[in-house]
Amino acid sequence: MKYLCNVVTLEFTPEKCNGCGRCVEVCPHGVFVITDKKASVVDRDSCMECGACMNNCAFDAVKVNAGVGCAAALINGMITGGPPSCDCSGDTGACC
Amino acid sequence: MEKLKLTVIQKRGPEAVEPCSCGPSCAPEQGGAAPEWITGTLSTPAGSVPTISPELSSSDLWEHVKCRTSSFRTRYTVAPGLYAVGNPVADSDVFVSANYKLSFDALRSSLAGLDAWLLVLDTKGINVWCAAGKGTFGTDELIRRITQTCLEKVVSHKRIIVPQLGAPGVSAHVVRQKTGFRVHYGPVRAKDIPAYCAGGYKATREMRTVKFPLMDRLVLTPMEINPAMEKFPLYALIVLLVFGLQPAGVIFRDAFYGGLSFIILGLIAVLAGAFVTPLLLPFVPFRSFALKGWLMGMLATFLPLQYAGLVGQPDTLLRIAAYAFFPMLSSYIALQFTGSTTFTGMSGVKKELKIALPVYAVFGGISLLLILAYKLQQWRMI
Repeated sequence: MKYLCNVVTLEFTPEKCNGCGRCVEVCPHGVFVITDKKASVVDRDSCMECGACMNNCAFDAVKVNAGVGCAAALINGMITGGPPSCDCSGDTGACC
Repeated sequence: MEKLKLTVIQKRGPEAVEPCSCGPSCAPEQGGAAPEWITGTLSTPAGSVPTISPELSSSDLWEHVKCRTSSFRTRYTVAPGLYAVGNPVADSDVFVSANYKLSFDALRSSLAGLDAWLLVLDTKGINVWCAAGKGTFGTDELIRRITQTCLEKVVSHKRIIVPQLGAPGVSAHVVRQKTGFRVHYGPVRAKDIPAYCAGGYKATREMRTVKFPLMDRLVLTPMEINPAMEKFPLYALIVLLVFGLQPAGVIFRDAFYGGLSFIILGLIAVLAGAFVTPLLLPFVPFRSFALKGWLMGMLATFLPLQYAGLVGQPDTLLRIAAYAFFPMLSSYIALQFTGSTTFTGMSGVKKELKIALPVYAVFGGISLLLILAYKLQQWRMI
């Protein structure tokens, strides 16, 4: 199952990559592979922008506008004018 | 905590438990009586650690059902801290989890037959992946728990196994800098842990990939249906009022016979969006959830109108209103499921909302105008 095409904000800078493979390890959708001791993006549209690769890249080679892909959270954010929130971390409400 | 210590020590007999040397929070603080899954305590150089059963009891399983169907899950927590499963020693593995008991149970039940330490982070009762997205399952909390539980005294190595889905909140290199512990990302699913350990702590591509099979989608549907159904009585009341409202007042007979079809159509539209769309997700055409839901809602409106005679043929205005409103309702509800899937990203959902919300507003307005026109026609005012 794949979501919309050409919407992902993932940016990878190969020059900064040292091929440690953390991005391959943490990505839940197989977006990265390591070839010739460098990572490359092979399945960009499968990226769900969770931010795991960016957070675990010690070389700052990955950038993504990470966030929750959750309509309820984004609508809540629009209503309150604050960040997207679906009350997951509060005491009440449903979790996304 | 005192109560807990007393209870568990009594279970195992007198035992010299060293006081924790690094503050009061080495052992998890359980409010009230010790839970049944705590079987005793294990003495470590950093104080006593509760030992837990890797087996799920029937009450655990019943609680899991309640988690999947109600707001019970918002208070289904375990005390953060260090636990022991089996009979771990200084060289045993450390597995990290969230303090949502469903996550905790998934982990402990996968560790049957293994001797291991469990480090439970305070994620405010939220599962690993959601909490990682919000940062509560994160670098800071992991560092804090490692320090608070004096993990470096409990184990003689520097490996911690963090669930892969915790990675959006954790920066492995920062944890290593601050604590010396090297983060190994374990498999996505806890049940793959024995195979992961047996395979030399290497996760296969299969273990690293998140899927979204039928059963995973099915167990999420009650919590899609419930929130929608909470608003249903209000919808039903409005429908009955609109249909029952006559120049002479609210006529019960008109309310019932006129409103019933709209109440039934509403119910079917909710199920189309909250149950059928998630269940048939990969088979419904389009990638957009709004379109998937709209299509299922269209079918769910067309079939009853066409074949069950829910709205009589003469009521053209009502039929058009139904086609404008109910598929839109299913679409909106299906769009909410983006929050439960394993593959929808923020940019995609934002794009959908940007297009869908104005369309919903227009279709909602059209439906209202059509219903108004129907009422005016009924009252012979136009």
